[in-house]
Amino acid sequence: MQAMPKWADAVLIPLISILLAFFFSGLTILAIGKDPVVAIQTMVQGAFGSTNGLGYTLYYTTNFIFTGLAIAVAYHARLFNIGGEGQVMLGGLGVALVCLAIDWPHWTLALPAAMVGGAVFGAAWSFIPAYLQAKRGSHIVITTMMFNFIASAFVGYILLNYLKVPGSMSTESAGFSAGAHLPTFHEMLAPFGINFNKNAPANISFLIALLAAFGFWVLIWKTRLGYEIRSFGESESAAKYAGINPVRITVIAMMISGALCGLMAINNVMGEAERLIDNAPEGAGFIGIAVALMGRNHPVGIVLAALLFGFLYQGGAELTFWEAIPRELIIVIQGLVIMFTGALDNMVRAPLEKLFLTPRKNKKGA
Amino acid sequence: MVSTTHEGRQTPAAPIAPSTAPLAIELRGISKAFGPVQANKDICISVRKGTIHGIIGENGAGKSTLMSILYGFYKADSGTVLINGHEVQITDSQAAIAAGIGMVFQHFKLVENFSVLENVVLGAEDGGLLMPSLGKARKLLKQLSDEYELSVDPDALIEDLSVGHQQRVEILKALYRQADILILDEPTGVLTPAEADHLFRILEGLKAQGKTIILITHKLREIMNVTDSVSVMRRGEMTATVSTADTSPEQLAELMVGRKVLLEVDKTPATPGAPILEVEKLTVVDSHGVTRVKGVDLTVRAGEILGIAGVAGNGQTELLEVLGGYQNGTGVIRVNGQELDLTGKASDGQSRRARGIAHVPEDRHDEGLILNFAAWENIVFGYHHDPEYQKNAWIMDNAKIKKIAHEKMERFDTRPLNEKLEAKSFSGGNQQKIVLAREIERNPDLLLIGQPTRGVDIGAIEFIHQQIVALRDQGKAILLVSVELDEIMALSDRIAVMFDGNIMGERLPSETNEQELGMLMAGINNGADATLSEGA
Repeated sequence: MQAMPKWADAVLIPLISILLAFFFSGLTILAIGKDPVVAIQTMVQGAFGSTNGLGYTLYYTTNFIFTGLAIAVAYHARLFNIGGEGQVMLGGLGVALVCLAIDWPHWTLALPAAMVGGAVFGAAWSFIPAYLQAKRGSHIVITTMMFNFIASAFVGYILLNYLKVPGSMSTESAGFSAGAHLPTFHEMLAPFGINFNKNAPANISFLIALLAAFGFWVLIWKTRLGYEIRSFGESESAAKYAGINPVRITVIAMMISGALCGLMAINNVMGEAERLIDNAPEGAGFIGIAVALMGRNHPVGIVLAALLFGFLYQGGAELTFWEAIPRELIIVIQGLVIMFTGALDNMVRAPLEKLFLTPRKNKKGA
Repeated sequence: MVSTTHEGRQTPAAPIAPSTAPLAIELRGISKAFGPVQANKDICISVRKGTIHGIIGENGAGKSTLMSILYGFYKADSGTVLINGHEVQITDSQAAIAAGIGMVFQHFKLVENFSVLENVVLGAEDGGLLMPSLGKARKLLKQLSDEYELSVDPDALIEDLSVGHQQRVEILKALYRQADILILDEPTGVLTPAEADHLFRILEGLKAQGKTIILITHKLREIMNVTDSVSVMRRGEMTATVSTADTSPEQLAELMVGRKVLLEVDKTPATPGAPILEVEKLTVVDSHGVTRVKGVDLTVRAGEILGIAGVAGNGQTELLEVLGGYQNGTGVIRVNGQELDLTGKASDGQSRRARGIAHVPEDRHDEGLILNFAAWENIVFGYHHDPEYQKNAWIMDNAKIKKIAHEKMERFDTRPLNEKLEAKSFSGGNQQKIVLAREIERNPDLLLIGQPTRGVDIGAIEFIHQQIVALRDQGKAILLVSVELDEIMALSDRIAVMFDGNIMGERLPSETNEQELGMLMAGINNGADATLSEGA
């Protein structure tokens, strides 16, 4: 039972997994006749080499922090929220409605209001599957997944019939007013004399995401609610014995999860597009699953994992652009990372555990 | 091979029943480690043909590992196994069966919706068609049931059989595979005393036919009653092998624990006060629609221990769940004269605790503890709403909880005394001490306690029993549920026996015996109930 030291579990295993994933990615790139060394250089250069690239990387990272935290909250209650994608879409709708509702005088007013709008819409969307699971036993994996399709169709319908600018050919809402414009890194860093690229979409939402990560840590490990969520997740029968209401915890955990997904919309809808577009999440709800898994459901891990996936997204795009490596291959690389860090965890863990235990065999007793 | 008792006697010299009989099993220097844990260390046993050999030891002493090696589930790191004098390689259970070894597991390996015959034949069919095998099995079953009191209806479905009969099917399975050596792992855990006696008669019969039997148990009484010789295991090592005739329960207990153990509980007569818990016509229907508790009446007074005896699964669990607030029921339950809500939402454990009801649940792994939580997190489990543990409306005062946990664990002699360790890293006895520390230290009026010493080592049993009696002496009411009749007899001031959801009868420990309680546990009430409901 006495396993490895904590740092090995938290740092070494993900690190080895990532290196393995990159190794096999390299082999794949080699197999299509490209140079893996050049490819990795292009990716790193593209993701971190310029403030433009960095701005995109951090923009994606922000998305993944929100969805990663969302999936992790639900997972602490052992609820597998596959519906992040749909909850982000609804969050986007909430954010858009708030932003379009009035002519906002200043972003400091618009942002809190939009956060409430996104969180409430996301939470409401996750409430339905949560309630069905808690009261009716409908499996949450199935219902949340189905709710992604419903969300997609629903938001598309609203866009087409109510929010689309009349006469426009594109399925998007009107642009938000200037008062709802969030400060970008360019605007935020200019007063400090740092010249951040003007076109990069990274914005103040990144800081909100970091705050959310801190809030997550407080919630899960410091509050009574977090204690109850973790208790319920570890053992439902024990939670019942302790007088923890399973229905209540299921619903609350899922609504927090949905709210965090909904919050992501302040980044992509309000911060970047500044209008509601069709399929705004671009898969972030699903990437959140991998981020939570890789981040061990801990906020620090989630932020780091989100950064890795932000790098993969942005660096991958560069790879397509400069190296003529097909876009599908980027998905293969992302898939390899998910597979090695998530699904094949035990492949790395088992031999490593043996390595750590062998020299102490005689020292340690029971 | 030389195994010595603490007195230095040598085993082979000790008179073991047919001392001239050849050895059926001989284990030489068996060792097995799981990571850093040495589960078996240089184990040597020799068992003569036609004897019953007991292996006794506490939980985690390595008994089950040893038998798993013998049955081919694990591969020993070193050592050899000899069957009838020939070295054999037991690589899997098929090899074990081929070597004539049959195993009856603690948890039966039967297909519930198959008939007895089908289960007996399963995995040992003669060919593609089932009929010839079934016919052969039917004949053999008839013959065996005549010979050894092993009668079972061959066409009954397993799910319709009692636990005792299911166990016979397991034995029949082994015999059908022509086992000469039968290993039984904790066979009496789920049996009534009468069923256990029947089992032992079967074993005697098998022994008379020259079969060799290895009985793994932690019950000293069984070892004394049926075995010819006994090996004691402690911490993965074989500490002694003795002839049963030459030993005593006290000596075996000492060998198991490594120090002298008080087997009797030291307690003064109870001085019951006012009724604390009153249960009237309590009925519980579980989620499958089965009525588990059928109109139970009982009273527990301040300063007394009411023991509920009974074979597991006769409604005791549901009774505790209703009292603990996480199962609905109908009827009336009063605590300190105030009625409890039985029909409201099922998860009402909080309000039960607020009423001064503490609950040590039967299953500490599933209910009493969160194994992946640190000890300090477990020490407030269920009481985590208490203002004492909060910093403000939302945030818990973790630093304070850790300090309180340390103090409580120290008072309950929990080892290791490290509140930051995960609950799963403690031994069974120390886990139970954490639960008890949590519940008893809250100074409840009523303590519900289920299977207080299940999976707990003998040393800790002594401590836990003392704590229960001490709480009683403080004038608290205690409802004790246990399937261990010895424990019920030792602790209770009054005994109620549950069978099939009913209280079959109440007895005073001084005026009853195991035979009578055993009859009640099997649903037979001959004697008149003691006049127990008298008094204030």
